[in-house]
Amino acid sequence: MAEILVLAEHDGETVKKVTTELLTLARAHGEPAVVWTGEGADGARARLAEFGAAKVYVADSPDYADYVVAPKAELLAHLIAEKAPAAVLVAATSEGREVAGRLAVKTGSGVLTDVTGLADGLVGEQSIFGGAITVQSKVRTGTPIIAVRPNAVTPEPAAGAAEIETVNFSVSDDAKTARVTGKVVAQRGERPELTEASIVVSGGRGLGSGEHFALIEQLADSLGAAVGASRAATDAGWYPHQFQVGQTGKTVSPQLYLAIGISGAIQHRAGMQTSKTIMVVNKDPEAPIFELADFGVVGDLFKVVPQLVEEIGKRSEG
Amino acid sequence: MNIVVLVKQVPDTWSERKLRADDSTLDRDAADAVINELDDYAIEEGLRLQEAHGGEVTIVSMGPEKAADAIRKALSMGADRAVHVTDEALRGSDGLVTSDVLAKVLSRTGFDLVILGSESTDARMGTLAAMLAERLGVPQMSFASKVETDGSKITINRQADYGYDTVEATLPAVVSVVEKINEPRYPSFKGIMAAKKKPVETLSLADLGMEAGQAGLSASATEVVSFANRPPRAAGTIVTDEGDGGVKAAEFLAARKFI
Repeated sequence: MAEILVLAEHDGETVKKVTTELLTLARAHGEPAVVWTGEGADGARARLAEFGAAKVYVADSPDYADYVVAPKAELLAHLIAEKAPAAVLVAATSEGREVAGRLAVKTGSGVLTDVTGLADGLVGEQSIFGGAITVQSKVRTGTPIIAVRPNAVTPEPAAGAAEIETVNFSVSDDAKTARVTGKVVAQRGERPELTEASIVVSGGRGLGSGEHFALIEQLADSLGAAVGASRAATDAGWYPHQFQVGQTGKTVSPQLYLAIGISGAIQHRAGMQTSKTIMVVNKDPEAPIFELADFGVVGDLFKVVPQLVEEIGKRSEG
Repeated sequence: MNIVVLVKQVPDTWSERKLRADDSTLDRDAADAVINELDDYAIEEGLRLQEAHGGEVTIVSMGPEKAADAIRKALSMGADRAVHVTDEALRGSDGLVTSDVLAKVLSRTGFDLVILGSESTDARMGTLAAMLAERLGVPQMSFASKVETDGSKITINRQADYGYDTVEATLPAVVSVVEKINEPRYPSFKGIMAAKKKPVETLSLADLGMEAGQAGLSASATEVVSFANRPPRAAGTIVTDEGDGGVKAAEFLAARKFI
């Protein structure tokens, strides 16, 4: 069976959930081989084996973190030439998509972004125009490069050997032109990442102020959820921009999405419409967000949300 | 400083967006056409850098004839001149082909900085800045929420899930921006009037030394096999809070095994 390369997303120690999703998807179409950049492969090996990685190609150099995107694309192009894989899977994160873009240019290959499923013949399913249309697409030139939307696939374990193979490759100077000089981590406590979270709680204009986002955070923490915000809330400076869900922000498709005090302008819906279950709290019964709701409460969020948090607390104790 | 800002005309998110039944390309007649939202921020950043460092701001857009409206808007905000790449043979080009065409235009115009929105609201691939940096062999300064340059060195804040990275490079470079970067200006009446007299160069594929077979649907490395409208979501349960809205919400979450 032909190999499928899976570019690992990790923090130097732990592999991210999206990589286990990619491995699950890759197994159905070939033999998954993880590409690991930088350090930490030994520690993560057990986890990669648990999700069926046959091999782990390790390129341990600080260059992959010290320079923007280009080194990873160069490494993958090298591995395509050497291993002739059937496809390359990356996570459809900002960086993953950019790696895919550069790799496509380098190898003259087609790239599909934001894929939510893969059928036989590597036909990718994509959801476009804010979820209004589902498209089946495929790559017809080169090695298919497929960026898979986080949370679109449920990770399922299956044992693999995860045999480690060191890749002898040095990044060229051409790929080392945009140098990362610092990393600024915003305070967000222990919450899961927005695009990876199974549950997302988002707040909008109805909150009325930045301080009231504490309520959204409380609800999120009671559910182990990530916090999101509508554009109205991020534009008003109530919550940091990187948490914006919507057309000009993040696209999320969690198992459960709670929209609190969000009217549901199309710009917001475009970023959350493909969530599996949607719950809404809004005082305006005419708010368009109710059209998407599996369950909606028409009411004052300052009364409904504290009661919901209390009720979740009671149930988790019981 | 020679600043080039890339602009794309897209179907308005507020109107119904469709694909054509015959070849699965965007139905440009079905929806109102507007300038891609993030491009306003790219234009604004270009104008601010010009105000600080001098030079010219050139708008480059690839699209059908009516994309001239988007170009006109960019010029009315204050850009100096524009290049419009338009050719029937471009229709249906994917990201790879688009980046090839735009790279050829950029080699022709020359640039110290290329600025673009980090993604378009229609295709939403978010790959163009990376593809252009790769093709042009210049630093990729993408997802910028802040740009600083002294005319030879450039530093950006590159937005990330965890916050941001600071990234440094030497010009020329490709910069893509996120909406946090600035607050775009509105065209003034004077600007709108002035835009009518600004030079717009129109280029065909042949002008770029390309043949029809090198662009468009047939040259693209990807193809749409089929598409379907997403079935509407089943109507949910809506309750009005009568003092027990939070409890009912919790019951729903429990029934669905979320708590």
